[in-house]
Amino acid sequence: MKMLGLSNKDTTFLLIVVGLTLLTPFLLQPFPVASGGNMFNAGYPDLMQRFAIFGIFAIGFNILFGLTGYLSFGHAAFLGVGSYSVVWMYKLLGYNVVPGLILAIIVSALFALLIGYISLRRSGIYFSILTLAFAQMMYNLAYSVLTPLTNGETGLQVYSNDPQVLRGPEHLDAPHFFNLFKMTDSTKLTLGGWEFTLSAGYYFTAVIAIIAFYISLRIFRSPFGLMLRAIKTNQTRLNYTGINTRPYTLAAFVISGMYAGLAGGLLAAMDPLAGAERMQWTASGEVVLMVILGGAGTLMGPVLGAGFIKYFENIFSKINDGVLHQWFAWMPDGLENVIITISHFFVGKSWHLTLGLLFMLVVIFLPGGLVEGGQRIAARFRGRKAKDDATHAAKTQPSAAE
Amino acid sequence: MGILEVKNVGKRFGGLQALSDVNLSVQENTVHAIIGPNGAGKSTLLNCFVGKLIPDTGSVMFNGQSVLGLKPHQINQMGISRVFQTPEIFGDLTVMENVMISCFAKRDGSFRLHPFETVAHEVDIVDKAEQMLIDVNMADKRHMQASSLSRGDKRRLEMAMCLSQDPKLLLLDEPTAGMARADTNNTIDLLKEIREKRDITMAIIEHDMHVVFSLADRITVLAQGTPLVEDVPEKIKGHPKVKEAYLGETGVTQAA
Repeated sequence: MKMLGLSNKDTTFLLIVVGLTLLTPFLLQPFPVASGGNMFNAGYPDLMQRFAIFGIFAIGFNILFGLTGYLSFGHAAFLGVGSYSVVWMYKLLGYNVVPGLILAIIVSALFALLIGYISLRRSGIYFSILTLAFAQMMYNLAYSVLTPLTNGETGLQVYSNDPQVLRGPEHLDAPHFFNLFKMTDSTKLTLGGWEFTLSAGYYFTAVIAIIAFYISLRIFRSPFGLMLRAIKTNQTRLNYTGINTRPYTLAAFVISGMYAGLAGGLLAAMDPLAGAERMQWTASGEVVLMVILGGAGTLMGPVLGAGFIKYFENIFSKINDGVLHQWFAWMPDGLENVIITISHFFVGKSWHLTLGLLFMLVVIFLPGGLVEGGQRIAARFRGRKAKDDATHAAKTQPSAAE
Repeated sequence: MGILEVKNVGKRFGGLQALSDVNLSVQENTVHAIIGPNGAGKSTLLNCFVGKLIPDTGSVMFNGQSVLGLKPHQINQMGISRVFQTPEIFGDLTVMENVMISCFAKRDGSFRLHPFETVAHEVDIVDKAEQMLIDVNMADKRHMQASSLSRGDKRRLEMAMCLSQDPKLLLLDEPTAGMARADTNNTIDLLKEIREKRDITMAIIEHDMHVVFSLADRITVLAQGTPLVEDVPEKIKGHPKVKEAYLGETGVTQAA
């Protein structure tokens, strides 16, 4: 089963990831529509696309932060650059997303090359501050001076008098893929009480996400990836071993910038808009949270972290007081009010508090993130099955998820 | 003409003249020890060889080429490998990966973008690293995380990493500093073993004269930033100037 230059173990791993990604519209829709659990269903196109897009963003960020340990606080800048590139291609050429995505990757690579070249002259906190400064500069420029390019506060969008030179009369009137399908196309599939939405936009993003994941897997297993990990653990030794670390970190920075640009481009492929707020520092911080929460330096971690945070943002935020009243209606009135007053702080608009607490718990008890949690549970199960295998397990190679 | 030629090297830190007028020549396929009491300028001198410090005056030539102003990775690529006072290894990586990185650096130079090759498929690197681990008796520990090794094994691993590059010159900075007697003896044995097995040029910086005594072909004694004497070990031992330099420190030296 050896293929695509991967070991058997990695091939299996990749196939599992592909399977899960393709089945996402079903897996995230476990509750029947009519049931009370429906609000926890996440299998709707907009959210699933966000999972895939921010998964790509986090996978790329992990190549820089997870492998080399260089913590960038400015990667949202590339996200924004990607979005602007795609919308500009809509305006100039037409609604096909492909030219825009290619431009997004190229332009974000150029920006990453410039920002990385300067920022990587420092390491540690100084590097983080430099990247943050660049991203904030770009954010403010996008809002003010560069209004002709970015349309400032309103955000960049397509107008009816835009040239769109490649657009023929028969072409679709929204982001599409070579006029074959619109990103917003979808079919509903009803099975008993369940309803699944298969959307063209999600599957388009999912295929790109799988390719992005595969590339990251190859990088992890390559001599280049090995050097990046060596940079994280001991840069002095690497220098005295004859390795010039600067081009390695710069390459990692540019690659992760390209991933971010692609993710930003896809955001604009889903919704043909680009605004400066996408470049704000909170967006840069979010991807850091995703990677740490999932497990920095692991393959699956960033994807899990991205999914986790996006799920919270979209699902927990929907639980308002009305929903809470429904849930706790069976309680005596006094108690009900107390419970609701307390829960109020953790759901709805306050979902950040729950996320913050979870983040604290993960960082304190699972420094390796959710992936470490998964590995510990797996180890517990294995330990229960056969204790004699314990010695054997210790000797086995690091698992694919690492 | 030696492989490493040091001429009139001087280095000043503010008011302290750390090195003055150092002349030294390390011959190929010999072990040259540089010893001296604390503060003699040994480490400063070594740092001038590897690109960490640039001397104020004088020249350092390696194989007929000046190393002054070059970066550590450039100097390594010329053929100088360095062992640190406290072993510098890649703690988060496995023992095998540690040695493979050295092999990659030797084969591919200081930078090569190879994101789509696979480490496991680099047969020549894997074989070389495995052979190296067998040579230093660490083959059974190849999958261990390097940070979990004992101090002695860390030193052994660092040595393996340097040797896998077939360096023209191996620099050792107080390889036994802070070690217990048993570990010191192990390290000396390891160095002797390396000497017997391969043609190698070594320069050892050492505080403790006894460590290098059985190992070195030539010894330079450094005191207050200047070479005092340079000779074969037998002659150094009883040399009056050396005794003078170590006077008052003799007790410490014995105990170390």
